[in-house]
Amino acid sequence: MKILVPVKRVVDSNIKPLVKSDNSGVEVGGVKMSMNPFDETAVEEAVRLKEQKIVSEVVVISIGEAKSQDTLRTAMAMGADRGVLVTSEDALESLSVAKILQHFVTKEQPDIVLMGKQASDDDMNATGQILAAKLGWAQGTFVSKLELSEGKAQITREIDDGQEILELVLPAVITTDLRLNEPRFASLPNIMKAKKKPIETVALADLGIDTAVRLEVKSVAESSSVREGVIVSSVEELMDKLQNEAKVI
Amino acid sequence: MAVLVLLSYEKGDKIRPISRSAIAAATQLDTEVHALLVGENLEILSQKASQLNGVQKLLVAEHSAYAHMPAEPVANLIASIAESYEFIIAPANAEGKDILPRLAGLLDVQPISDVVEIIDTSTFVRPIYAGSILATVASKDAKKLLSVRGTTFEAVAETGGSAVVEKIENLPLSEKQLSIFKELKLSQSDRPELEGARVVVSGGRGMQSAENFVLLEKIADQLEGAIGASRAAVDAGFVSNDFQVGQTGKIVAPELYIAVAISGAIQHLAGMKDSKIVVSINKDPEAPMFKVSDYGIVGDLFEILPQLEAALKAR
Repeated sequence: MKILVPVKRVVDSNIKPLVKSDNSGVEVGGVKMSMNPFDETAVEEAVRLKEQKIVSEVVVISIGEAKSQDTLRTAMAMGADRGVLVTSEDALESLSVAKILQHFVTKEQPDIVLMGKQASDDDMNATGQILAAKLGWAQGTFVSKLELSEGKAQITREIDDGQEILELVLPAVITTDLRLNEPRFASLPNIMKAKKKPIETVALADLGIDTAVRLEVKSVAESSSVREGVIVSSVEELMDKLQNEAKVI
Repeated sequence: MAVLVLLSYEKGDKIRPISRSAIAAATQLDTEVHALLVGENLEILSQKASQLNGVQKLLVAEHSAYAHMPAEPVANLIASIAESYEFIIAPANAEGKDILPRLAGLLDVQPISDVVEIIDTSTFVRPIYAGSILATVASKDAKKLLSVRGTTFEAVAETGGSAVVEKIENLPLSEKQLSIFKELKLSQSDRPELEGARVVVSGGRGMQSAENFVLLEKIADQLEGAIGASRAAVDAGFVSNDFQVGQTGKIVAPELYIAVAISGAIQHLAGMKDSKIVVSINKDPEAPMFKVSDYGIVGDLFEILPQLEAALKAR
């Protein structure tokens, strides 16, 4: 069985993103970038399946500027076998990314595309579902448990009021919830080894895929959550504030 | 051209409040609002849905293949009637987020997730970066597919409407079933639904154990509130995942949010920052949660919570 894992290079999710002074976008220059945490979960799961000998090959793919190569190297240091880098200077939206992935799914013929349920930057939560539709494949979204058998995947999905267990007919697109696993840290020897693993680089422009922007970002603004809070010294004081000042109880 | 709203409902024939928020968003588009009910055994739900305020027409698609709303056939169904609609709206919950982007793939449209504000018929506001930034986006697609956040659109009334009910007859069902439903594991709770609760009492890693959540339940009992949790508390196994508030969990905006032993990571704030009043109880005076709280108490939760419970009881 072969798994394709798309990974995205994003602003590190521990960093507070800053809005550019002209409000045109988010400042990414000089900011620490990392693999989207949801994608790390997907890479980890694919590697575990390989270690259990259920999967024979894990291919990682990233689309973006040349530095996305670092993200592929991280995935390979975690245990992925090889990488595909699709270079593009433009910010791409989920529909375009799904179309590019569709191209490589057709080429690579994986049994499963395993990917994060959303990217921590655009929070769109759409690429996997769009890809599944384009391929006419089953989809398993927000998956917290994955068991593979011949031609089938049994998944546990996180839903509004609990969990749902489904059986998917393979091939399928599966998107991961953070609860699926705890991603490993790549060891130094594995980081060194990953440097020798192959990356195939393709320019998006050479693929002839329509990636015209459908959803234009007009402006961005900070959404402040800071409040002029007061620290009270006792439960009595808190009760007084909630009853007489805030009037919520 | 009209707007179609996909309805989401719970077991026990209850239309979710977030569906009513989705209708509220749809009414802002100044066009006819149609609601779509998909599933099996929809008699009671149809009756309820036809009374939702603001809905002019209710479409009902009933078939055993639609039980538990599987994304593949439901997206195909909506695609088959999409021609009549300029806008298709789904609630930004587990179902809407599963189905709407698949529909977008079928229709070759870029979906717009988690809309919190409708500026005009092609311009919308949505949060990015765990809600720390709001982006204003303009869609160039002829058809707009939106999922809407429940907390920012005030739900329409459950009654007052009188929609024309129309059964969809030509269901585009294929023989090949891509996903097969196996089992539903619902979390049992007598408390109000987290997303619609007036009061939410949430615990973090500092609660130390699942047993200690009883302390929060006692507070919630006094306030008829729901229980929430940070991801750290869920990961530590204190409560199940559907209690999680945050970027990857539920988005809540209650009148009162009480955060107990929650440090205040941006991923958590993403889920509760629009609460009206936020109270934080934490022993660490440097906890970032205090900066986003209206009232804070620095101290040991094991001392404070019983005191708070007693004070609430004595009200």
